Amino acid sequence: MGELKIEERSIVTPGETMAVGMDYLPGEGTYRLGDDIKASVLGLANVRGHLMRVIPLSGRYIPKRRDVVIGVVNDIHFSQWGVDINSPYDAVIPIKEASDRFIDTRRNDMSEFFAVGDVVLAEISAVDGRMNVNLTMRERGLRKLSEGRLIEVAPAKVPRIIGKGGSMINMIKQIGNCHIIVGQNGRVWLQGDSPETEDKVIRVIRQIEEEAHTSGLTDKIRLQLGLPEQPSAERIEPRGTLSQEMASVDEARVHEEELVNQESSRSNTEMSN
Amino acid sequence: MVVSNLMKKTIEDMIAAGHRINGRGNDEFRVPTITTGIVHSANGSAMVDLGQTKVIIGIKPELKEPYPDRPNEGSMATMAELSPMASPEYEPGPPDQSSVELSRVVDRVVRESGMVDFKALCIKEKEKVWNLAFDMYILDMDGNLFDACVMGIVASLKTGSLPVYDAEKDVADFSKSGGPYPLRDTPVGITFAKIGDHIVVDPSVEEENVLDARLTIGVTEKDDVCAMQKGGQSGFTVEEVESLLPRAIEHARRIRGLYP
Amino acid sequence: MATEKPESLITDGVRLDGRSAEEMRPLKIIAGYLDKAEGSAYVECGGTKVIAACYGPREVHPRHLTLTTETLVRARYDMASFSVEGERKRPGPDRRSTEISKVVSEALTSAVFVEKYPKTAIDVFIEVISAEASTRVAGLTAASIALADAGIAMRDLVAACSFGKIYGKEGGREVETVAVDMGKSEDNFGLADVALGYLPNLRKIVLLQMDGHLTVDEFRKGLPMGVSTCESIYQQQLKALKAKFKQY
Repeated sequence: MGELKIEERSIVTPGETMAVGMDYLPGEGTYRLGDDIKASVLGLANVRGHLMRVIPLSGRYIPKRRDVVIGVVNDIHFSQWGVDINSPYDAVIPIKEASDRFIDTRRNDMSEFFAVGDVVLAEISAVDGRMNVNLTMRERGLRKLSEGRLIEVAPAKVPRIIGKGGSMINMIKQIGNCHIIVGQNGRVWLQGDSPETEDKVIRVIRQIEEEAHTSGLTDKIRLQLGLPEQPSAERIEPRGTLSQEMASVDEARVHEEELVNQESSRSNTEMSN
Repeated sequence: MVVSNLMKKTIEDMIAAGHRINGRGNDEFRVPTITTGIVHSANGSAMVDLGQTKVIIGIKPELKEPYPDRPNEGSMATMAELSPMASPEYEPGPPDQSSVELSRVVDRVVRESGMVDFKALCIKEKEKVWNLAFDMYILDMDGNLFDACVMGIVASLKTGSLPVYDAEKDVADFSKSGGPYPLRDTPVGITFAKIGDHIVVDPSVEEENVLDARLTIGVTEKDDVCAMQKGGQSGFTVEEVESLLPRAIEHARRIRGLYP
Repeated sequence: MATEKPESLITDGVRLDGRSAEEMRPLKIIAGYLDKAEGSAYVECGGTKVIAACYGPREVHPRHLTLTTETLVRARYDMASFSVEGERKRPGPDRRSTEISKVVSEALTSAVFVEKYPKTAIDVFIEVISAEASTRVAGLTAASIALADAGIAMRDLVAACSFGKIYGKEGGREVETVAVDMGKSEDNFGLADVALGYLPNLRKIVLLQMDGHLTVDEFRKGLPMGVSTCESIYQQQLKALKAKFKQY
């Protein structure tokens, strides 16, 4: 009962029928019309059992609670900082979320803490129904980034750049032991031992962006970088570094999302988020 | 849009090391691609790709009365349209200061070089001349619109042709060719950006967002300077300006070789 | 300067450019044509050349137009001063381009899942760089690709074309023929001109404008011809979008 109309990992476009039959469920990037499951975005078809999804290959960043993002402070208000998170929705850091320490605005000007133009690593603490976004910097590892380089990548390609369980990003970090933090909002911070290292890292990241839709990319990059085969369970870095934590946080988050999608898609008729 | 301090610092540091983001040297001009004749309704057209900057220029000649102080000369008019498709910073609406500056500076480079022989655009003294209307549409913004637009106008002029003046009906007949444009020089615009203590040529959009000052120099075939425009909110020293002249001439020679 | 009215637009089934009544002009589509815009497309149909670019979702300017529960899809159609034959067109919007912008915005809005992006705008800019008839439908075709390219969630793509009625001769007798994709001279001197925007999978008409004279039978003949042409255009849109993803 029911028929798949496309192949796994094929490119689909809005309106294309991916599956026919009530057996199939419309996941992210798809919608149901009558008996059909149709794609709603341009992307890669993904089938997990009966859950149909489209992995988008483009699109702006839409903020989600608990995402770790890299923001640029663009405004200072009475008791909060305005932050550009590379999204159609602006975010704020309320003064009590900036630090574990108490900030006394009578003694210190707020710009002494974060000035306009400062780059911050923050976590989205809340997104309300009106798309007001609150950030916090009180979690471990969140901080102002005063050194290093910042580049922007397509937010849709962030999962590919991180890789399953951090597999891809961990390989890239081995280029000259570069420190890299990938924000969910498509901003990547890096700091290498030399500009040449940083350039090399950036080139690899751009290549991953360009080839994100292909399969076997992780192996291809591993070969390119001349790295040995690595069993997927092994970590390359010592535990406890922020990026390490973030990679595993991402993994957990992706798994959680899938569960949530499965839940919500059962009660959806037309479209799920 | 607020540029992050990190971005500004990165660009400055890299330039100080003689090595810009996207890998160019401080004195390296991106290699432009110039495609002509794409708009058949225009009497001369060109598309210029400079890095990711993309501009398209078209020429529409119009019949006019000459200006009273130049009764036997035709004229030219230059208009830039910063299409909102080119950048998230551009909004639809009438030309703003940047758009007007772009139009006027590009106009100056081409006009003052003497490229167009205005006397040869005269049809009947005191009564009828050709006015060349240059329209420049910016489609994609990756910096250095000045130089890209000059290239576009020059390429359009070199490959386009005038319509024919139909004396009987007193109109321009666009269905027939009135011959190539009367041209005498081949100008090039070269733009520099000062970032920190260094001056780079052909700034990309990231560099334009953090520059302290910029200078556009128009250079003729004879290596004369025919136009200049300084922009930005900081200044150049006398030595800096003087040092840019031979650099501009060098770059102009190379770019001139790329014209159709 | 005005071109003279041709004696016949279609003679023994052959139009001025050699096409038959059911034939479209050669179509070229490039998806992802620009760099800065989130999504973009270049469409060429005969001598008509248009570029469409999409930014969004993004903040609404001016802010008072913001809708709390959905996005605002706004298309802005413009013709470059040098895009038309003959005299230069004054740059900037005129009443015709304002109307076209409106109907194109509405056509695109019907395709977009607007509730997905509350309090934002999706801005689409269409620039006609060379006009040889049927520019608004080429613009709509391009705009739809630009939206898909930008990763905007949509029910379907929008494919658009024109059809109409032209006069001519068949075996010496005077005839009037329904034809698709109105070209040069045909939109000027033809007897009817219809602009059609269509959702190919959902089979819905989302843009429809007409001027001239058509009998009900003629319209009933032309509409399926237009729909079929839109379906061909759709196949080209698919190809163009998928071509963006090189296989390594």
